[in-house]
Amino acid sequence: MSSPPTPILETLDARGLLCPLPVIRTQDTITNLAPGTLLDVLATDPGTLHDIPAWCRVHGHEVVETEREGRDIRIRVKVVAT
Amino acid sequence: MAEQIKAVALISGGLDSMLAAKVVMQQGVYVEGINFYTGFCVEGHTHAIRAKDRAKPKRNNALWVAEQLGIKLHIIDVIDEYKDVLLNPKHGYGKHLNPCLDCKIFMVKKTLAWGFMEERGFDFIVTGEVIGQRPKSQRKETMPVIARESGADDRLLRPLCAKNLPPTLPEREGWVQREALFDFHGRNRKPQIELAQSFGFTDWAQPAGGCCFLTDEHYAQKLSDLWRTRGSRDYELDDIMLLKVGRHIRPAPHFKLIVGREEGENQYLEGYRKQFVALRPLSHKGPLCLIDGTPSAADIELAARVLARYSQGRSADHVTIVAEEPNGVARDLEVVPLPPMEIPTAWHV
Ligand code: SF4
Repeated sequence: MSSPPTPILETLDARGLLCPLPVIRTQDTITNLAPGTLLDVLATDPGTLHDIPAWCRVHGHEVVETEREGRDIRIRVKVVAT
Repeated sequence: MAEQIKAVALISGGLDSMLAAKVVMQQGVYVEGINFYTGFCVEGHTHAIRAKDRAKPKRNNALWVAEQLGIKLHIIDVIDEYKDVLLNPKHGYGKHLNPCLDCKIFMVKKTLAWGFMEERGFDFIVTGEVIGQRPKSQRKETMPVIARESGADDRLLRPLCAKNLPPTLPEREGWVQREALFDFHGRNRKPQIELAQSFGFTDWAQPAGGCCFLTDEHYAQKLSDLWRTRGSRDYELDDIMLLKVGRHIRPAPHFKLIVGREEGENQYLEGYRKQFVALRPLSHKGPLCLIDGTPSAADIELAARVLARYSQGRSADHVTIVAEEPNGVARDLEVVPLPPMEIPTAWHV
């Protein structure tokens, strides 16, 4: 039995950018990613905790993990075919 | 089967564009939203910066509207291209530095270029404009100007006031029923509120002056000051973001102080330390201050005295301020806080 392929993991560094720029960068990056890819968005604007999931919901992508340590935020998005 | 008709709606985050999109959706048209980020937009980030506003929900209103409508929203970065709109508006400015008419033409033109590409294949554009709503940009005479100069012509539908305008392509083709569109005009908001209620909307954003900082008198003053003192009408994103934050004090044309007004702003200014001379009180609590421009040693000393005024040492004999150059070289300055009467009101930008 073969194990499922490990998903590709990409990273987008949006630290220091203020909303909506991290959302725009996420959107523009995802346009070029294949469904199934995971994208880690690194950010520092707390607004991203709200805006990136909202953007994902309207486009049908999935937020699979959110992590916050001090100012640093990491949001993992799974790209879904839409 | 008839082909699905598709419209792209300009979504500002306010009520009118939300209603306009909903009206065409009700007629069976497939709608996606588009929103432009110029750098001047009144966005969630001002809340993110100012700690006192942090309790308020931070949301991007355009995204929120898209969610309410159940449509996709594309946010487009137009920071660079927008410079030409703001610096050289063919139709001039509104009350402050808002080039609303040129801005609308620009946004419709961008939407046309974005949405009418072959692979996207949208059939028409929807905006929430209402005749007479805004004194300069939303008048009966300006409606055809926007349609014509953007190149959208009769592919531009304003569902909220369409009945006051000649029929557009989507109406003539029967993609939407003209009878089911509206004839709103003027500044009365009652018809919009009733329509919102009929759709079951209970919450919407109500921006006070407009959708961007350029309609704000104080912001426009700070931007004019920047252009005047630099001797050129240009800007970078950092410049216009910094105008949204802090107290701006200009003792001379070649330098100004940006003083944090509270902790959130201090933290935000921290991010710019490597680009400016940064001052912070050491002997007392107090805000972070950046010096924008080309200050001499004497100017930095004066800035330190002004900053001491905004620190908890304002009545002390001396306050120690640490001044750090962008390259990290720091030195301590012991200064006497400047008495309030020595800070002329004219210094406050
Ligand atoms: S208020 Fe600002 S964003 Fe809105 S139309 Fe006027 S210039 Fe453009």
